[in-house]
Amino acid sequence: MGITLMRPNNIGYLTKEGFKSIFKHGLMSFASVTIIMACLIIMGVFVMLALNINSIIDKLEAQNEIVAFVDESYTEARAVGLKNAVLSVDNVSGVEFVTRKEAMSSFSEDYDNGLFDEIDPSTFRDRYVVHVYDISLTAQTKADLEKVEGIAKVNAHLEYADGFIKVRNVVSIISAVLVAILAVISVFIMSNTIKLAAFTRREEIAIMRMVGGTNSFIRFPFIVEGLILGLLGGGLGFLAVWGLYALVCSNLLTSVMSGLIEIVVFSSIMWPLLAVFLGVGVLVGVFGSNIAIRNYLKV
Amino acid sequence: MLQMSEVHKVYENTGSEALRGVDLTINDGEFVFLVGPSGSGKTTIIKLLTGELRATSGSVMVNGFDLQAIKRRKMPMYRRTLGVVFQDFRLIDKMTVYDNVAYAMRVVGAKKKEIAERVPFVLNLVGLDDRSGRYPSELSGGEQQRVSIARALVNNPSLIIADEPTGNLDPARSLDLMLLLEKINALGTTVLVVTHEKELVNAFSKRVIAISDGRIVGDGMDGYYAYETE
Repeated sequence: MGITLMRPNNIGYLTKEGFKSIFKHGLMSFASVTIIMACLIIMGVFVMLALNINSIIDKLEAQNEIVAFVDESYTEARAVGLKNAVLSVDNVSGVEFVTRKEAMSSFSEDYDNGLFDEIDPSTFRDRYVVHVYDISLTAQTKADLEKVEGIAKVNAHLEYADGFIKVRNVVSIISAVLVAILAVISVFIMSNTIKLAAFTRREEIAIMRMVGGTNSFIRFPFIVEGLILGLLGGGLGFLAVWGLYALVCSNLLTSVMSGLIEIVVFSSIMWPLLAVFLGVGVLVGVFGSNIAIRNYLKV
Repeated sequence: MLQMSEVHKVYENTGSEALRGVDLTINDGEFVFLVGPSGSGKTTIIKLLTGELRATSGSVMVNGFDLQAIKRRKMPMYRRTLGVVFQDFRLIDKMTVYDNVAYAMRVVGAKKKEIAERVPFVLNLVGLDDRSGRYPSELSGGEQQRVSIARALVNNPSLIIADEPTGNLDPARSLDLMLLLEKINALGTTVLVVTHEKELVNAFSKRVIAISDGRIVGDGMDGYYAYETE
């Protein structure tokens, strides 16, 4: 009789065995799916929160501006001519030229109490309002702008930039730590479920080994079981996050905050999120199964 | 062919020396009884032969495999040359007689057609062709052991190792079972039977290897009583 590691006709049989085992250990399978789902829901909620915070920060970044004042000795025409030099500075995404008069009228509007009505526009400088790509490079951009000939002074709110960066970093770190912790918990629970399945089938595994079953043959049904449970947990977790997000969004849109924040639309990140959920589910399932079955394959 | 040379086995956890220089050769086609009191080293020899343990020193060669040097991934290939029968049958309760036997073929990747041809043949050989649809719990002890032998036989092994195969059977069923193993041996398969059953061993004129305190103390055709150590 020929000796083959894994024939195609075995794959169908072993896949069926994996499916059967899910129903045989229904309660533990249910527990595994529920735990993976719960972990992914928590993870999903945090991911959605992080995405929304990032989106808000992006908008704030776009609004954050550096003001580059043109040398007082420059005429308006010469000041306008500096535009290309300012635009060519690294990290600068856009510039708006503001004349002395425009600056004066804006200032007067901000302080509408008649105190500054007598001030001459010549006391103001022509200026460029500069927008940047990356807020974290604000300090460097400020220094580069100061080197442009004709720019006398640059004002940048470095403390705002630092604040945005800190918030983003904290959110990213918390998200990463939480995802890692939840992934470990999920693997542990999944591994225990498969361990139970392997334990109840230990006699069968011993027989398989004794008659010459390869490790891949013995492992396959357990991997299939973990894979299916992981996919189920991932899919159901995704649907739950979708439902929860829709609920929260509908409540926010009808609340007082509706005008203050712009919420990330779920459909814009739906497919990548589904891929991540299913991917995490599969990884947890397969990894957990491998850990669980490892001890039974040693002899 | 089975050859053990100067085999020592010391269990690391307890430090006890189970085998103390065992030399043993069993040629192809032989029928051999391995006898000895409890704790004499019989089970250790079985575990060395099935690849569950490795000897501390010495050489163990079976069916062309060097069990001292064999890589773990090659172990399934070696085990496919063996058929193992246990005292407690080790059948899968939820499977029918047919499926229990077919299972051993599925594990080694046999095709459906091969299984459909071979399993009825083997069940017929052990006299269970009319029990193929039954579950182990519906069979007597003797019948369950026959299923176990059918499973050991189905992949056409070179060597059958039976570890106390009659331990759970009455004398009449034990004799039937030995006759069955003798029949299998007559078809060309080497058979090694580990047993305590003195009467049974002496009922057959076969080679008897006696072991005591980890050493071979007798090897010949004179029956169990010639080497009785208990």
